[in-house]
Formats: sequence, structure tokens, C-alpha cells
Amino acid sequence: MSERITRDEVAHVGQLARLVITDDELTMFTEQLGAVLDTASDLAALDLSGVEPMAQPCALTNVTRPDVIEPSLGRDEVLAMAPAAQDGRFRVPPALGEA
Amino acid sequence: MMNAQLTAIETAARVRSGDMTAVEALAQSQAAVTARDADVRAFLHLTDDRAAEQADRVDAQVAQGQDPGPLAGVPIAIKDNMCTRGAPTTCSSKMLEGWKPPYDATVVSRLEAAGALVVGKTNLDEFAMGSSTENSAFGPTRNPHDLTRVPGGSSGGSAAAVAAGFVPLSLGSDTGGSIRQPAALCGVVGFKPTYGAVSRYGLIAFASSLDQIGPFASTVADAALCFDTIGGHDPRDATSIPSAIPSAAAALGNGVAGKRIGIIDELMGEGIDDDVRARVEQAAAALADAGATVERVSVPATIYGLAAYYLIAPAEASSNLARYDGVRYGQRVDGVNVEEMNAATRTAGFGDEVKRRIMLGTYALSSGYYDAYYGKAQRVRTLIANEFAQAYSSFDLLMSPTSPSTAFELGAKSDPMSLYMCDVCTIPSNLVGHPALSVPFGVGDDGLPVGVQLLAPLLGDDELFAAGQVLEDANPTDATASGSEIRGEVRP
Repeated sequence: MSERITRDEVAHVGQLARLVITDDELTMFTEQLGAVLDTASDLAALDLSGVEPMAQPCALTNVTRPDVIEPSLGRDEVLAMAPAAQDGRFRVPPALGEA
Repeated sequence: MMNAQLTAIETAARVRSGDMTAVEALAQSQAAVTARDADVRAFLHLTDDRAAEQADRVDAQVAQGQDPGPLAGVPIAIKDNMCTRGAPTTCSSKMLEGWKPPYDATVVSRLEAAGALVVGKTNLDEFAMGSSTENSAFGPTRNPHDLTRVPGGSSGGSAAAVAAGFVPLSLGSDTGGSIRQPAALCGVVGFKPTYGAVSRYGLIAFASSLDQIGPFASTVADAALCFDTIGGHDPRDATSIPSAIPSAAAALGNGVAGKRIGIIDELMGEGIDDDVRARVEQAAAALADAGATVERVSVPATIYGLAAYYLIAPAEASSNLARYDGVRYGQRVDGVNVEEMNAATRTAGFGDEVKRRIMLGTYALSSGYYDAYYGKAQRVRTLIANEFAQAYSSFDLLMSPTSPSTAFELGAKSDPMSLYMCDVCTIPSNLVGHPALSVPFGVGDDGLPVGVQLLAPLLGDDELFAAGQVLEDANPTDATASGSEIRGEVRP
């Protein structure tokens, strides 16, 4: 098995990504992510000093439009597709404290 | 059956001249779907009412002497990661099951404005992550040429829908080869445009610096017509190119006389099946016969494309998919507080491949690893772009296999890395934003379709269609091991 990423690191990454990972899944994902990171380590051998990073291939930057108000999606139509809504807002469980 | 079906151009010509109604064109498409989609499973949802209303509108326009547009009455299938107002758009994920977008993607609006009939939404790997369409929460699509094989992916449903003759045109999205690879495996034409040439407004994001929408078609000319229809600036997509995109249809018939074409050395070696390589060499000979100069060219950094891609795409996906939190749309699994609800929803809603990529991306972006992984991958992107620029100083176009192999059997590539290898020839174009076209060219030793990939620099899209047509005209019909030919016959 690869040593590129540990079981604990995978568990931590799962938490960061808001995913609940079972013990069996932890074993599977640790092995699989390690295999991908092994391939990624091919890049380590490359001398990339002086090579600029590319975030995206499009030469456009800071695209703006005139600040004109245009019709947006209907509130009721959008809320109709939400898992829960109330009083014209998205409804969620408590964000703070005990339920 | 492929040869029983009219092309998009033929259908539109008949509908515009009144020789055929859009209602008839729709009925033919629906009959083909009814006859065979229970086996192929290209579609997740059919949009019969929407298509019928549009067909009536098109026929009424013709009756009144108006022109409904260049795609009048042409049935078209849309990959289910593009928004269709009021019709399900699931990304083949349980996360979005039941969601109906309140707006249409720009590409859908443009197709309908040109007279096309949206007949349904096609299957894909969940959130377009995969190369076989086996990672769909709603079951796999099968290759119409051999139902025991995969259609490729992630746009496998759209590729299969054209290959099976359900529709003459469909749309896919291509982040690392998700249009070109299934096109190759299904024996149809597939095109990934220049980054920014086609609006992504309404395309559900996977990896935003890589994603592009493009067509599947049974002919190069149909793909050109579709690209010309959906391409061009859209103020709703900030990455959309403001200048005019050269017409692909206008370049048809230009041929390749005097063109310099390079075969990418690094994509013709280890890992590419012998029968696929032989077809690419045969395609190169056909281009030379048509007047092109064809030579080998080395683009060494392309071999690092795969490693860079499997850091960059997951990194962007981990960010893009953070929006599925059970609050605004899609599924929710309840929890005692917001955080638990978020986690329960995401855990139940995402499949394993999506979870794998989210975790990989989260890791690659995390403090302490960012420079070693994501930062390095971004620099590899520049390296590949520089080497392509160097190659294009001596060549007009480049070529390679589209896929290292023909269609493989369902379940044959169960470990993620072996599946990721399917994208080795297609990924470099996404990393640098260049256009690339896959054209069917003969069959492999197993009798299944082989695709040849043509590559061009930024905004060289139109040139690909001229060269693609040369390959289409030279498409060999010789039988190989299996003794069957690909064009005109779809094996059960």
C-alpha cells in the first residue's frame, strides 16, 4: 500500500469535505488516493523553476458588465426546488447550539 | 440503425422545404428510442412534451413561409449536466434527483432558437467524473455496437444516442476527454471546442478551467453545423470569448493540401494498443494522400498531463461541489444542526468516484500540500502550453489516437487508476484550452470503432473540421478480426 497519504489524513480530508467516511471506506479510499498521488509524484522530478503557474487557459481577465438591473429568477420558482423553505427563505436546521 | 437515419443537415433541409414535418422527424426519433433504448439506456429522461411543442412551432413556421432555422426539426439529445427549464437535470447523481432547473442553459436556448427539438437528457458518469458511464447513480449506458461494452464517458449517453441512431446530434461536455473518448468508442464524431468558444451558462460545473460543451454527430458536417449554432459570445459566461469564432461549416471542403500535420510521438508508444496505433498511422497516410505533409513530432510534456489533470480537476471539483449542501436545491438528509445536515446530505448524495475526487482535491489544495501538488500541476500546464506552441511553429495540426483502446467490457476497469489512463491522449488539450476533434477511422482487431484525434491551437477549431472531413472520406471499411465493418451497421 502507498505511504503517500495516511488513514488519518484521509479521515481529516473527509471531515474538511463534509463527508462521513466509514472504516471500510477509509481503507479503500486511503489505498486509492495513494495510488493517484503516486502518479502525481511523477511531477516532483520535473524542474519547473521559472515556469509560471496557469490557473486557466483563457486570456480574459476582470470581465465586467454595465451595472444595470435586469430581471432575475423568480423567488418562488427557486424556493420551490429547495429541500425546505419558509417565509420566502431557505429553511435549515439550527446553525448554533443544540437543536 | 446508423444508415437508416437522416443526418441533421438532411433532416433540416427536408423540414425547411416542407418535404417532411418536424412532427414526423420527432416520431422517427421516438420510435428508434422505443425500439432499442431499453437495451442501450442512453437516456435518463425523455422530454416528449417539450419536443412536441417545439415540433408544432417549427411546422407552423414552415406553413407560414418562415424559416425555423438551420436545425429545423432536428431531434437532439442533451447530456444531463446541462440545465433544461422545468425538466430533470440530475448529473446522474442522487444529489440532484428530482431537481428541475428554473432556467435553460445557453446552448439549449440556442439550439431551440435554430429549430432543434430537445428530445431528452442523456446518461453520464456522476457529475461527469469517469470514462465509462458506469459511475452513474442510475445505472450504466451500453455501447450500441456491443451491449457488453461501455460507451466510454463521461458523455456516454450522448455518444450512444447518436451511435444507436436515436438522434443525429447530441451535446456532451469535455473536461478531460468526456466528448472525444466516448465518440471514439461509439464510432461517432465528437468535438471539444476552444475553451471559451461555447457558453457554459447552465452547464453544471465540474472543473471550471477545463470544462467545455461540444457536439456529437454522425458526420463531420453535422458537428460543424451544431458547433456554429451553439458557439459565440454569451455575456452570461465570463469565460466566453468576445471575438467572433470562425465558422466551422465555412471550412468544410477546404481539405488539407499543403497543411503540415504532426503525429505526437509520446501518444503513440507504450499504453496504446497496436490496432489503434495502426489505424492512426493509416489515417496519417490518408491525410498525406490528400496533400498534407505528415511527420512525427515530440511534445514530451504531454506525458505529464495525466498527473497534472488528476490534481487540477479534483481540486476545482472539490470547490465547485461544495455547493451541494442540502440547502438550496437537490437532496437533503436531515441532521440535528446545519453541519450534520450538510455531511449527511453529501454522504448519501454523492457516489464513490465523486467522493474520491472531492477528497483528492481537498487534499491537493490543503495547507502544506498546495505547492507540492496543485502549484506544481499548474506549472506543468504552462510547460505543456509552451511545448504545444513550439510544435505549432512547425505544424498546422497535430494528431494522435483519441483513446488508447477500443471499447472495453463493463466492469473491466474497476480500479480508478486504470480508468483514469483512458484519458491520456485527450487531457493535454483541456489543460491548454485547445480544440480537438475525434473522427471514427476503421475498427480495431475486435471489430469495434477506433477514433483518431486531430488537435489545433486556440481558435483553430474550423481547421479541424476541414481535416476531419478528409479522414471521414477515407474511413476504411475493411474488416478486421471480427469480420464486420463499422459504418452502416450497428451490431446487436
